[in-house]
Amino acid sequence: MPYGINETMGQYSELFMLLAAGTYTVAFIAFAWDLAKSSKALRAVDLKAAQAEEAARVSVGAAAGSRGESDLAGPADRAERPSSSAGRGAGAGGAVTADADMRYAAERRAPARVAVALTILGALIHGAGVVTRALGAGRVPWGNMYEFLTTGAFVAVAVFLLVLVRRDLRFLGTFVVGLAIIMLVAASVAYWTPVGHLVPALQSYWLIIHVSIAVLSSALFTLTFAMSALQLVQSHREKTVAAGGTDKLGFMRLVPSALSLENLSYRINTIAFIGWTFTLMFGAIWAEKAWGRFWGWDTKEVWTFVIWVVYAGYLHARATRGWTGTRAAWLSIVGYLCVIFNFTIVNQFFNGLHSYSGL
Amino acid sequence: MSERVNVKKKSAPDAGTKVLEAKVDAALPALGPKEMLRWAWTQLTSMRTALFLLLLLAVAAVPGSLFPQRPANPAVVTQYIKDNPDYGRLLDSLQLYDVYSSAWFSAIYLLLFISLIGCVVPRAIAHYKAMHSQPPRTPQRLSRLPEYGTLVIPARAGIPASDAIHGAARLLKKRGYRVEVRDDGGARPSLGAERGFLKEVGNLVFHTSLIGVLVSVAVGGLFGYSGQRILVEGDTFVNTLVGYDQFNPGTNFQSSHLQPYSVQLDKFDITFDRESEGKFGQPIDFSAAVTTKENPDAPARQETLKVNDPITLGGTSIYLTGNGYAPVVTIRDGAGNVAMQGPVVAKLQGDNYYSSVVIKVPDAKPDQLGFAGFFLPTAFVTDEGVSFSGDPELFNPQLTLNSYYGDLGLDEGSPQNVFELDVQDLTPLNARNLEAGGITLAPGSSYTLPDGKGTISFDGVKRYIGVDIHHNPGQLYALIFALLAVAGLILSLYVNRRRVWVRTGTHEDGRTMVEYGLLARGEDHRLAGEAAALRKLLASEWQLSQDEPADASSPTTPAGPSGPEKDQ
Repeated sequence: MPYGINETMGQYSELFMLLAAGTYTVAFIAFAWDLAKSSKALRAVDLKAAQAEEAARVSVGAAAGSRGESDLAGPADRAERPSSSAGRGAGAGGAVTADADMRYAAERRAPARVAVALTILGALIHGAGVVTRALGAGRVPWGNMYEFLTTGAFVAVAVFLLVLVRRDLRFLGTFVVGLAIIMLVAASVAYWTPVGHLVPALQSYWLIIHVSIAVLSSALFTLTFAMSALQLVQSHREKTVAAGGTDKLGFMRLVPSALSLENLSYRINTIAFIGWTFTLMFGAIWAEKAWGRFWGWDTKEVWTFVIWVVYAGYLHARATRGWTGTRAAWLSIVGYLCVIFNFTIVNQFFNGLHSYSGL
Repeated sequence: MSERVNVKKKSAPDAGTKVLEAKVDAALPALGPKEMLRWAWTQLTSMRTALFLLLLLAVAAVPGSLFPQRPANPAVVTQYIKDNPDYGRLLDSLQLYDVYSSAWFSAIYLLLFISLIGCVVPRAIAHYKAMHSQPPRTPQRLSRLPEYGTLVIPARAGIPASDAIHGAARLLKKRGYRVEVRDDGGARPSLGAERGFLKEVGNLVFHTSLIGVLVSVAVGGLFGYSGQRILVEGDTFVNTLVGYDQFNPGTNFQSSHLQPYSVQLDKFDITFDRESEGKFGQPIDFSAAVTTKENPDAPARQETLKVNDPITLGGTSIYLTGNGYAPVVTIRDGAGNVAMQGPVVAKLQGDNYYSSVVIKVPDAKPDQLGFAGFFLPTAFVTDEGVSFSGDPELFNPQLTLNSYYGDLGLDEGSPQNVFELDVQDLTPLNARNLEAGGITLAPGSSYTLPDGKGTISFDGVKRYIGVDIHHNPGQLYALIFALLAVAGLILSLYVNRRRVWVRTGTHEDGRTMVEYGLLARGEDHRLAGEAAALRKLLASEWQLSQDEPADASSPTTPAGPSGPEKDQ
């Protein structure tokens, strides 16, 4: 039998969610400020470097030429590895990008530090909101759309902060935090549901396993979606600069090259794809337990399958000539749009066995 | 699959060009049926086609979520066609109500799987050969490899080139590489090493397992069966064909497959939410107490059937999928004999178990009787006179019925929906607009029909459950293959296939020069890390201090730039 409902806890939870959204908003502004400020600072550094390079180029012009040539004559196998054509020119072409490793640089970026600190604070408050919601309902906090959104936003921010420990992905801050704000606002405005018991169909330990993996994978897909979108912009910018055009997207200096974005998003996508495979499998096992068949082409099953196939296509595209780079990035973006569609439109407007939006 | 394509592309100009040119010179070869087939096969099994089919599969799956599907709910499809007469039929002719068994969807996934087989088989053969052959020969210029480095063993260490290569071979073997030493007696001994064969094995297992999943699903469709049955408290279901209300056999089903087990519903309990505001009265627990027997002679067992908690009997699983109320009525005909007695399953229509009731009494004499109306567990009437159910529990049960007499049309033996009463050929006895009015009954009360047609009494209320019974012999195999697929997927994504070559030589001044290069097959972001680790191991093997010559410590040479592809 389910535990009792605690309405007071539920009200605390809603207060925490609001506070978290407020904190995130300030963090968002700080991240945006960081982008603007750093792009200015980097431009100044670039100008200096360009002058120095100009001077150097005159003296070692011949050497630079030979270097460029040998760059092309790699071993035959090199071409097997996916690469964005634009990425190559990054160093010589002049489109300045951040460190390809996405490691932290020595230079301190005050606004970014403030933004991260605020995001951590927001995440703590947000976490308290998720926990009080769980306590108030006496169960895992993902039984309806309000709870998916609030918990999902928390997981997305938490994953982002965890990745920040190892890698300097602060350039994604505006995106991730902005998305978390949108999710929290949408949850509170459009999907608000008071704390309540689960319907019998959801009372299963598979709810904990299946949905938590789905939320985690979606959070990872969120990161890769942001990176793929930036990759497209960066790739366009690199091409423009390489072709001698003017660099109109100064803030993209803070973002790594298209190729490094592609490589890192691929690595995150492989993890998320395995997670999504498990989501699909555990969903099938649960469906067998609840409805008597492991696969019945229910609308939600269809869309989970579509997402799986699109990301499978993405993984294959990365290994297919002519499909790496921009096209793969588009597949990653299409996959994420399917995730969003599956969550919003399918849950609310499509009739199916997964109609648990709680609305 | 890229590698295959790449290899083909690369080898074509080398080996095939001359032959091809010769052919072209001789005469343009006409494409016979054999060549056409070969050409089609090559196209089908190419990576590009597989990718295209994969994306096409995703797109083709979408309509199934946009339009109602027959396997899920045939009645909705019929209604949909009725509601949209202009394009409903057109959609039907395009098989858009049976997307997942349609010709076009089947064509896509069958082509995809043929393409997959055409890809997996040659790759499996190639990989088997690769696993049983030595690492590729040492390239002439190791410095062209993406990871490259050199080490110098001082002359005083007394390690000649051949010893150095054997030392390196030992180290690499320990690290899981398959190693072949070449020319160890010569001036430039070298070794080739390779590891990570499991990557391709995982890849092949993944794709083969997907075929396994598909076959398992097909087996389930051939030999499985499913059915539905409604059980009122006290009812017993026996697993024979007549025991089912509805039965869907697989293509290869035989009734001898059914094991005659029995399930009796003793009691069905529901817990309703009495705590939360928004969901007050929502069911939060269903629990059916049942008595089961494996076969007619087996001992009886008490079990509990719940949502998400099916019971298994005789190779089938039994699921709780629905429930409702069944008012118990006794109907006497005009002659005063009991023409019908027992529970009547009320079909859910609205909130709080607002349900419709149809009673057909073909045994009534002199005229057959029919009743149609509603059952409300907690009856309320609004000021406008509209009845509704205020609560799901039996606080104020009420049965409101209209009655009819005449020929029910059951005698011809044509099947009828038990939940619908066709009143076209019947004469109304009781209705709100008639003089006699409608029938309203509370438990324990009875009503005498006008014109001496008989009586109806409402004796009490029972609960009923709907159960689904499924037998799918393929599903265990589907699970096993799915697990294998995931294992293969993880191996193929996270095992790295690498090749290492080391070459040594003796310098004129007695120093032993060592150079090494690494090459990854496929995506490998840890290749640089592996190069650094190998360097460290080799250095400690020969007791070289790490920060010795600066020129050797950096793998970046003019010929091997640390290009952007070396992501960390």
